[in-house]
Amino acid sequence: MLAVTAFSVVRTRSLFAIVALSGVFSLLSALLFITWDAVDVAFTEAAVGAGISTVLMLGTLALTSRAEKTSHKSKKIPLLAVVLTGAAMFYGTLDMPNFGSADTPVQTHVGPDYLTRIPEDIHVPNAVTAILASYRGYDTLGETAVVFSAGIGVLMLISGLRRRRRDEDTEENTSDTGRTK
Amino acid sequence: MMRHHLILRVITKLLVGTIFLFALYVQFHGDYSPGGGFQAGVIMAVGFIIYGIVFSLDKVKLVFPPWLVHKLVAFGVLLYAGTGVYSMLMGYGYLDYTAIDPHHPSHGQHLGILIVEAGVGITVTGVMVAVYYAFASRTPVLSDEEW
Repeated sequence: MLAVTAFSVVRTRSLFAIVALSGVFSLLSALLFITWDAVDVAFTEAAVGAGISTVLMLGTLALTSRAEKTSHKSKKIPLLAVVLTGAAMFYGTLDMPNFGSADTPVQTHVGPDYLTRIPEDIHVPNAVTAILASYRGYDTLGETAVVFSAGIGVLMLISGLRRRRRDEDTEENTSDTGRTK
Repeated sequence: MMRHHLILRVITKLLVGTIFLFALYVQFHGDYSPGGGFQAGVIMAVGFIIYGIVFSLDKVKLVFPPWLVHKLVAFGVLLYAGTGVYSMLMGYGYLDYTAIDPHHPSHGQHLGILIVEAGVGITVTGVMVAVYYAFASRTPVLSDEEW
């Protein structure tokens, strides 16, 4: 079903339908994560991928046009690039351990250590939250800072310029006093 | 705008409260069930965004003014980093939540995780709503026929 959705995203020309289909894609991958017992990841995928990003894409769509422009360029070079990248990725997966095998570095290194220590150290049933906020507190602080700076960047790009221009119009005479903060 | 979408407006009014409640549940029950600050922040923001879409941008800006949103974005990060500074001042490592309750380290961990997740949630809510405001205030108001 994921493949069918992805294929129809590629084939469709109406951007509105593409946004809706990418929401469907996110929701389907969330279901896939649930079947792999990664409930936290699935939750994030459903909320962010299917919820927020669809809304923001629709907001962007309202600013631009509704239909994709038809391209007249040659399709051979993009196809070659895609096939090459896909082949490289398949080649990369050959070295990876089998899905769900118990002797991978993920399962043998720090994972068991965390799982045995969490009930004694923290008494939190959800191991994901415990690792995220306590053992890996620095990383989560970094992630929050990334979200923060990304938000600031978008605000500067989209709304900052216009506000500054309006400020200059209204505060032309008092511009020096207004900038002291 | 959208005066005639009666069903949409009534359902939204019913849903917004539930969405906020669910966001708070995901936020503060993150220790016991899936979820946490990132997910709760997004769900909280969705509550505001759906209100803004169905009613109007001006109305949601009355409820949640942009200056407050921008302050909250920074406040969440400061709350997170401030927890670390607090534990450092108490003589423990940076972000070592034992500092919050030295006699019961696990209580301290609980509280620390709760505070830190709240910081994450506040920042994520602020950023999402701020980005939505930034996009939506540029959009010319569409008539319903255009969709």
